[in-house]
Amino acid sequence: MTNTPDESTIAGKLVAVEGLDGSGKSTQVYLIKRWLELDGYKVFFTEWNSSATVRKATRKGKKRQLLTPTTFSLIHSTDFADRYERQILPLLNAGYIVLADRYIFTAFARDAVRGCDRGWIRKLYSFARKPDLTFYFDVPLKTALARILDGRTRVKYHEAGMDMGYSKDPYQSFRIFQGKICSEYRRMVHEYDFTKIDATEAPDVQQAKVREILETKIDLPRYRWQGPVYPQQNQ
Amino acid sequence: MALDQLRGQLIVVEGADGSGRSTQIDLLRNWLERRGYPTVNVGLRRSMLVSRELEQAMRGNILGTRTLSLFYATDFADQLENLMIPALRSGFVVLADRYIYTLMARAIVRGVEPAWIRDVYSIALMPDAVFYLAVSPKILVERNLRKHAVLDYWESGMDVRRSSNMYASFIEYQRQIQKEFQAMQQHYGFETINGNRSPRAVQKELRANIEVILNGKSGLIEERSNVSNSTQRIARPTRTLADRGKGYQPRVSGQPPARYRATHRFSE
Repeated sequence: MTNTPDESTIAGKLVAVEGLDGSGKSTQVYLIKRWLELDGYKVFFTEWNSSATVRKATRKGKKRQLLTPTTFSLIHSTDFADRYERQILPLLNAGYIVLADRYIFTAFARDAVRGCDRGWIRKLYSFARKPDLTFYFDVPLKTALARILDGRTRVKYHEAGMDMGYSKDPYQSFRIFQGKICSEYRRMVHEYDFTKIDATEAPDVQQAKVREILETKIDLPRYRWQGPVYPQQNQ
Repeated sequence: MALDQLRGQLIVVEGADGSGRSTQIDLLRNWLERRGYPTVNVGLRRSMLVSRELEQAMRGNILGTRTLSLFYATDFADQLENLMIPALRSGFVVLADRYIYTLMARAIVRGVEPAWIRDVYSIALMPDAVFYLAVSPKILVERNLRKHAVLDYWESGMDVRRSSNMYASFIEYQRQIQKEFQAMQQHYGFETINGNRSPRAVQKELRANIEVILNGKSGLIEERSNVSNSTQRIARPTRTLADRGKGYQPRVSGQPPARYRATHRFSE
């Protein structure tokens, strides 16, 4: 297994998207994916918590409330490692643009709020390459909360940080928990050179900005499929 | 609620499959319980959280090395926080059938960075004693084949060796693991026990060693004189863990203070 320092050159490009739940980042990353696919670029999309192998355990752990901050962190790192080793890294090596809806910074934020040592979390994820570009969809906490609470009647237990005991009321707990995550993110903007996007603007306005930045930072023609344009990939 | 000193003893028995580990632990457990010491057993792939999924994944041979390492780390952490620490707090003896050392050795032999895996396991508590049952690979093969008439895929390192000869692969892989253990022995201070002997002889030696620990153990102790100079056995750390009570209680965890961590010598 190679030591993978971030600086080593690799054929593909890694673009990560971060932000609070309700920031609209998932919509944005979806639009990026569609744009790149339809214009004939080699693109792969991956999202947080999606490893088939680990998902069952994560779901069980959450459902039966078996998770502590440490095991929460480790089980998510296992999920990430699976996607990283089997998909993200090979596809980067194969010259793809890899789009990640949430990346290691999500873990940095969430695990830290839960009380895990910040140094330990960063060392845990040190095997993962830093993205070539990280979009942070910045939105006032109130807006994010409103969007989430509008769309659903119930907030999920861990999403609300109910395991932290902030409040017996899920909505209050959610407010407090997401607020702390927001602070963690804000600290990371500088640390990890996030590209901040104003997520209060209209979605198409945001997307235009995102595309412009992407075109500047990445030499897109390199990532075109050779030959005829391929239909949408299976994932 | 602040955590009292952990009054129990954490005793680790390390060794390969076929080293006689499980037999020895069973015997130790009987011995301790007969003498009135309550015990708790922990081991690899036994967590409530992920043991089943981990086993399934391994049967499928589909996990990468990094993923496997972290899966085991999750399994370990679950037992550490839900079994070991509460048991130690209550003054139980925790008998660990393997510990982080096997997990680190396996990972390193598979190419994982030693510094990284040590950092991952910096969450582990330092045991009161580690007994490493050293058995020559040839005897290990014999014992494994006698038990199952087949060598285990993972214990033969088949995922990394790609050899057509499973016997040779097993021997070579176990040699590499032993080399890692020899290196760790220097730093962590294992008691290496000759496991090539009869179970009875091995058990006798283990009991003699553990007897000393049980007698010496009461509250805060700074150093044990019967341990090699290169290691300091330090008493239990104080950690703040909120107990699970009624309603919503935070489960706060963090790393033990540096000097109590099992891998503290290496984490920066």
